[in-house]
Amino acid sequence: MVKKTIVLAAAALFCLATAVPRVSADTIVGVLHLGPINDAGYNQASHEGIEVLKKNIPGLKVLEAENIPETADAERVMEQMINKGATIIIAQSFGYLDPALNVAKKYPKVTFLHAAGYKLAPNLGTFWGNNFEAMYLAGIAAGAASKSGKLGFITAFPIPNILASINAFELGARTVNPKVTTTVTYNNSFVDPVKEGSAVGALADAGVDVISMIVDSPITVVKTAEARGIYTVGFHSAALKRFAPKGWLTGVAYTWGDLYTQEVKEIIAGTWKPSHVRGGIESGYLTLADYGPSVTAETKEKIAKAKAAIISGKLKIFQGPLKDNNGNVVIPAGKAGGIELLDTTNWLVEGVIGQAK
Amino acid sequence: MTEGFLEGWLGGAVLTSTPIFYAALGETIVEKAGLINLGVEGTMLVGASVSFAVASATGSVPAGLVAGMVAGGLFNLLLGPLVIVWGANQLASGLALMFFGMGLSAFYGKPFVGSSLDGLSSFPIPWLSSLPFIGSILFNQDLLVYMMIPAAAAVWYLLSRTAWGLHLRAVGEDRLVAYAAGSRTGLLRHQALFLGGVLAGVAGAHLSLAIAHTWTEGLTAGRGFIAVSLVIFAAWSPLRILPGALLFGGTLALQIQLQARGAQVSPFLLDMLPYLVTLLVLVLLRNSSRGRMPEGLKEVFESSREGR
Repeated sequence: MVKKTIVLAAAALFCLATAVPRVSADTIVGVLHLGPINDAGYNQASHEGIEVLKKNIPGLKVLEAENIPETADAERVMEQMINKGATIIIAQSFGYLDPALNVAKKYPKVTFLHAAGYKLAPNLGTFWGNNFEAMYLAGIAAGAASKSGKLGFITAFPIPNILASINAFELGARTVNPKVTTTVTYNNSFVDPVKEGSAVGALADAGVDVISMIVDSPITVVKTAEARGIYTVGFHSAALKRFAPKGWLTGVAYTWGDLYTQEVKEIIAGTWKPSHVRGGIESGYLTLADYGPSVTAETKEKIAKAKAAIISGKLKIFQGPLKDNNGNVVIPAGKAGGIELLDTTNWLVEGVIGQAK
Repeated sequence: MTEGFLEGWLGGAVLTSTPIFYAALGETIVEKAGLINLGVEGTMLVGASVSFAVASATGSVPAGLVAGMVAGGLFNLLLGPLVIVWGANQLASGLALMFFGMGLSAFYGKPFVGSSLDGLSSFPIPWLSSLPFIGSILFNQDLLVYMMIPAAAAVWYLLSRTAWGLHLRAVGEDRLVAYAAGSRTGLLRHQALFLGGVLAGVAGAHLSLAIAHTWTEGLTAGRGFIAVSLVIFAAWSPLRILPGALLFGGTLALQIQLQARGAQVSPFLLDMLPYLVTLLVLVLLRNSSRGRMPEGLKEVFESSREGR
């Protein structure tokens, strides 16, 4: 896996910016979204990234398609976009990987960018942001806000990148309150607002006073938590804040705009090469959403310090010794886990109440 | 388990069972007329999206509820020409209705994705809601929850104590005999479809307005099918729907509640719980529903006598 360092990325961006790349007015970008772009969730975050791209590269034409299933339909939509003149395709959902590879083979002159993929082609590269670093920072806000010392986390399935996020959330919260626990509930679906609403109620009944989530459209969770008078830490999109004016602490938001801009500029300049672009909190692919009214200045400073320490490499989130919630040592003393945990985590850290399988 | 578990679980069970209850109550009327509608899921989705859309646009929750009911009733009527007039296969037509409802609600609900409403919030009943234990379970819920018992009683009365109900049941048992006796069988069956759709619309409205407070594609997530199986489980009796719905809702709520209380059980096993309970109960109650199925329904499954 090729990882671009911040220095390289910043240097490339700087060079491109100073060189004022000749953006041909006829460049057309096609974007495929799995869901509706106004979902206050993942798809909205992607769409907002595209809006930033359009602003950064004036004259760029963008074709966006919503609600495209992860099937052969996706291939047809990509081909339609190419027929309309698109030379860059951004496939914004994990399941578009194979469709994009198929179309990429057929159209070698078109460049494909895929979210979170694990395969490459001469004209297909992937990108993703490391969600657990931002979740760690959000965990600090959660730990500081909780009076009961009980946090809740609502999600779909125990899969590696979600488990890593839950662990980071708990570890962040523990830096403020060493006794804090995080209770996890799984709905076995990324889209079941009815179950999500019930889960907020059940967690609140059990004494949880801060809830975070990884579900596709977190409106129901945020709204129900606000009605129950408890705090929330959002995920996917900063647009969620408006559903919880009182209880909103912060959120983890994907901000793809600069990444899109850099990749598209490289493609236009002819310097682009296929790679797995991965970035953490230093990259700006993910940011913390605006703070809510109850986050104190002291907490904000703590989060800012932790962020700086993560970027400088002084702070390792998964620094051993770490035990899982069954008492087994998962990371021994002297070792630390890194970005590979996004794909390998199959345990929940001590202090998390829930099942990892 | 920790304190408050039982209270939390039962309160959650009542809320979760409400949409399933209304959908199953509606399907009971339809099946009493000798029809089976497997498209309840689609009707619920139409009811959920229309009620959310109208409540968003007008700012009035009652207007949203009424619109969802009317939309559900009209949507169910689509089945009428197909299966009553032209005698198309009911199982296939019902499934087609479901897919149509999924697409239609997704298409017209789209502008409302990403918005939210306070919707139907809980309405604590004075004094009763402050009773220990049962107060929060039974008397701190929304109005549609309180309406469950009156609705079950009303449907029971309609089917068992009115001339219309007698005619309807006669049609459901043997529509040739009912026709010979002077019943307007086609009209009665259309009326049953409409009423069933109205109640499925209430179920959908409860999902979007009272529980999710939002609209998203496929909001029902299979609850319409649970409602269809609940009718068999309740042996086509409107009065047995409520305990049945509470059992289903109870297992759905238990799945969430056990996790929230930190039970050491795999989430995948918990997800099977409602269906395991269904199987178990159907086996245990196998004798009680025998002989209660409307005779007309047997035709649907055996398709021995199709036509009017």
